[in-house]
Amino acid sequence: MLYKELISHIQGRYGEFGGMYVPEILMAPILELIKVWNNAKVDNIFNQTLNLILKNYAGRPTVLTEVPTFAAMINGPRVFLKREDLLHTGAHKLNNALGQCLLAKKMGKTRVIAETGAGQHGVAVAAAAAHLGLTCVVYMGSKDMQRQAPNVSRMKLMGASVISVEQGSATLKDAVNQALRDWSESFVDTHYCLGSALGPHPFPEIVAEFQSVIGRECHKQSQDLIGSDPDLVIACIGGGSNAIGIFSGFLNNKKVRMIGVEAGGHGRLLGEHAARFATATCGVLHGCYTYVLQDQYGQIASTASISAGLDYPAIGPQHAHLYKSKRVEYVSASDQEALSALKLLAKSEGIICALESAHALAHLIKIAPDLSKDHSVVVSLSGRGDKDLPQLMNSGVI
Amino acid sequence: MKKDSRISQLFLNNKGFIGYLTAGDGGRQRTLEAALALIKGGINMLEIGMPFSDPVADGPVIQRAAMRSLASGTTLQDILWLTEEIRKQSDIPLILFTYLNPLLSGIPFDFLSDAKKAGIDGLLLVDCPLEESHLIREQCIRNEIALIYILTPSTSLERVRKINQYAEGFLYYACRSGTTGVRNALPEDFPHKMESIKAIIDLPVVVGFGISNQEMAKNVLIHADGVVVGSLFVKALEEDRSPEALSILAREICPPILLVK
Repeated sequence: MLYKELISHIQGRYGEFGGMYVPEILMAPILELIKVWNNAKVDNIFNQTLNLILKNYAGRPTVLTEVPTFAAMINGPRVFLKREDLLHTGAHKLNNALGQCLLAKKMGKTRVIAETGAGQHGVAVAAAAAHLGLTCVVYMGSKDMQRQAPNVSRMKLMGASVISVEQGSATLKDAVNQALRDWSESFVDTHYCLGSALGPHPFPEIVAEFQSVIGRECHKQSQDLIGSDPDLVIACIGGGSNAIGIFSGFLNNKKVRMIGVEAGGHGRLLGEHAARFATATCGVLHGCYTYVLQDQYGQIASTASISAGLDYPAIGPQHAHLYKSKRVEYVSASDQEALSALKLLAKSEGIICALESAHALAHLIKIAPDLSKDHSVVVSLSGRGDKDLPQLMNSGVI
Repeated sequence: MKKDSRISQLFLNNKGFIGYLTAGDGGRQRTLEAALALIKGGINMLEIGMPFSDPVADGPVIQRAAMRSLASGTTLQDILWLTEEIRKQSDIPLILFTYLNPLLSGIPFDFLSDAKKAGIDGLLLVDCPLEESHLIREQCIRNEIALIYILTPSTSLERVRKINQYAEGFLYYACRSGTTGVRNALPEDFPHKMESIKAIIDLPVVVGFGISNQEMAKNVLIHADGVVVGSLFVKALEEDRSPEALSILAREICPPILLVK
């Protein structure tokens, strides 16, 4: 898959994956969104406005940092981190939140709703909505509200209402369900600001396009710092938005190896992890045909991960296609491996990354000794770890 | 759809009074008893709901029923069993009401063919709009199961025309936005919307979403060919009402036009 295939496809299909499997009631807002999006993406004024906000409000571009001490400690090649943790609100999520809130305004909507797992997308939408003058409601699983408590306070401080979701496993998937139910009643004045590159068409395309700024910057910075594209790019994958963002900058160069790292959780059984490619069974969840963790009867499985942002049973359709076409390798890292990676980066470089991003580092640590020392690796540091302090204290890391 | 199908026969000289039950809520035996009780109470078509772990189109009542049903281990096999058992005692049209993913798990094992043999007449897919329905539609045609499409107040008339080209059996008009659940009155725009839909649709149109009393059912049937009652019956089961009470409940809602037949 080349980069252009991310944004030009037939009716939201990436290979066999994607589509728009939504109740009829949601077809009206979906069709409206497709229409407005198709205009916006080629609208110079829209894009210039967004770029200015990304620069002057969000703080783009984010830097690409070489971390030689960390690289030496893992006996690895040259390691660079794409620092989305430095973006305003602390994660890559803001790129998409600002883009979609601007889109919402273009559609004349006054209210945005969002789901959130780790709370990073929720915080990003709360900030974007406050900045752009929109009302904001965030759905969050009650289990996630506990383990990501600092983010709940941040959202409230920025004027968002946070609604606790008790249904199901009380995590990200259930928050998406509630957001979809809200949207099916509220779409006349409300835009659903979906946080990852998944869900029904056109969301995967929209989110991938708004996150592609990571890959574009990283591509350019690689030329400056390395003198070429990196040999390897690694990113963690929940729904897959930071990964598709950074991968998009290198898809056109077939020499760049890419690895997506899923949450291996605490075991290999269904319900103990969120590694969709471990079973690689296809199905339909939240509007999209893709790889889904499910039982043999088509009921969606519960998932587990120390990282709320990766704790989701389906993967975005673009990743499904990149997996099937073997362009990107997909692996998983366990809770413990992620915790160790987080600690190591903090001690060696003074960077506290999010538990999500720590999964990408954890896989690098595993393969580092086997990589050629003159190679260069870029890891997407999708977010910062401040939100994870309660979880880290519970895990005995601090 | 054949002229002699159970669905066509029903609408030939009758209005539809359609009940919905979540299969396996309280175990499949209980669903069977409830279905027979509703039939005794006057329903002349039944939607058998396959529970799904993530029912995004459903409100709290049917969500809870689905969770209870899944906790007791309901699968597509129970749908077949229920259909066969109901068929032993009744000839009313039976519609399988499901989200796509549980159905997909059964497709490779010829589930639709088995469903037809058991006595399923129609299939209603909650999360499969016209655009995504072509593959399933082929399977349905092969197995002589009517694929029922949904219309909503926000479905544009242009879209209603497109859906009309593919529709079989009847159309289901979900008369309000949002999710399933008991409501007290019909939306204000209902007569107007129905008028414009009926002007386009050739097949019978039944109306559901929130219908909870005889007054509403009566008003629906002024404009529509059938009325669907779902959450109210599911709620009655949640409240542990007896089959006798369910029959009475159905009879209380059953529009007079159907009682005099």
